Amino acid sequence: MEGAWVALALTLKVALWATALNGVLGVAIGYAMARWRFPGRELLDAVFTLPMVMPPTVLGYYLLVLIGSHGPIGAWLIQHLGIRLIFTWQGAVIAATVVAFPLVFKGARAAFETVDAQLEQAARTLGIHELGVFFRVSLPLAWRGILAGLLLAFARALGEFGATLMVAGSIPGRTQTLSIAVYEAVQAGQDDVANFLVGLTSITCIAVLLSAGRLVPGRVAPRDA
Amino acid sequence: MIWDIDLHRVLLHEGSRFELAVRFASDAPRLVLYGPSGSGKTQTLKMIAGIARPDSGRVAVAGRTLFDSVAGARLPPQARRLGCVFQDYALFPHLSVRQNIAFGRRRGLLNPSAAPRDEAVERWIAAFHLEAVSAHLPHQLSGGQRQRTALARALVNAPSALLLDEPFAALDKSLRQRLRDELKDLQAQLRLPMLLITHDDDDLRLLSDQVVHLQAGKVVQDPATAEAALVG
Repeated sequence: MEGAWVALALTLKVALWATALNGVLGVAIGYAMARWRFPGRELLDAVFTLPMVMPPTVLGYYLLVLIGSHGPIGAWLIQHLGIRLIFTWQGAVIAATVVAFPLVFKGARAAFETVDAQLEQAARTLGIHELGVFFRVSLPLAWRGILAGLLLAFARALGEFGATLMVAGSIPGRTQTLSIAVYEAVQAGQDDVANFLVGLTSITCIAVLLSAGRLVPGRVAPRDA
Repeated sequence: MIWDIDLHRVLLHEGSRFELAVRFASDAPRLVLYGPSGSGKTQTLKMIAGIARPDSGRVAVAGRTLFDSVAGARLPPQARRLGCVFQDYALFPHLSVRQNIAFGRRRGLLNPSAAPRDEAVERWIAAFHLEAVSAHLPHQLSGGQRQRTALARALVNAPSALLLDEPFAALDKSLRQRLRDELKDLQAQLRLPMLLITHDDDDLRLLSDQVVHLQAGKVVQDPATAEAALVG
């Protein structure tokens, strides 16, 4: 059963990393899409949203093609930095990040679009430069929507299965996350292990939801009426 | 020349075309830009402030050239040193009155502290009788307090001119009268050039040294014509 705890720790590690990466990438791209107008913006939005609608195995396949040892990114990483991503927990992080990305990106874009552009303009006339405007006005006012997106992304990353299996495989103790361990246990007929893993996963999810409920309301500045 | 403005911009919106060609020069310390809604007043103000971009033209305020399309000069809004009071005041809803006023006094990535730290900020809080509400958030303020907070926020930066977009539109009539007098006194005290947008005749009568009439994106030379157009 101690394998279950290893799987839980790995799952949390992967989900936290994926959420943190999306906290930067999803928020930055969400802001850019909310504020900048350029031709092809909606097409780009659709591309960024694709991971939400595509089967995770298809995404995993795309990732294999890109970051596999023969892929354009994977080959470069091996050649120049000696980094191999396939069948590593870092590979699992990339898979979970891509799968959960639209949840943060969509939430952040919508949240930034509700921020009155006039407030940002007022900040500029007061002498504050773009980065200051972002961190002092846009981000604090969009925080609620972004946090909701991040929590959904964390939950999605916790349960990630298809893309992770394609990219990182199922190596016990190294890349075997909870959801993959459940599948393996059931396939192997180890019902007691499966029961324990399923119980553990359920409790983890409930804990995440409860802490999310505590986190969201109190931390947000009230909006102007 | 205090105001030397020449702005040209064509706006295309959902198939309709609006051409803005506003040109005026004036030495009036209190200049009012007057016209019906949709005449391009706010656009003009935003272009002077640098938060909207004209296609071409020139903006010089109080002897400083802020924009000149021929010379290729364009100062960003951060460098124009103009105090702006927006129509609905655009106070930062997540910051207290004190933090709102101190906003431009603190550069960098962090908002000003909620504690009183800055002498100039405290001076303006006192001048506008905002001591009692200095820790309040904008949604807890009355209309007059919001307007004063917005004014203080613009003035604490020591701007070289003040731009106001319908500063009294959101207030009831009796308060409007009092705040008009306040603004008039303040302008006289500070000797700060002031450009005020309005479609209210009382503002025009009480606050202007000179009036620029705007109609459908153009300056109307003869005020009588403007009146006729307004009625018709």
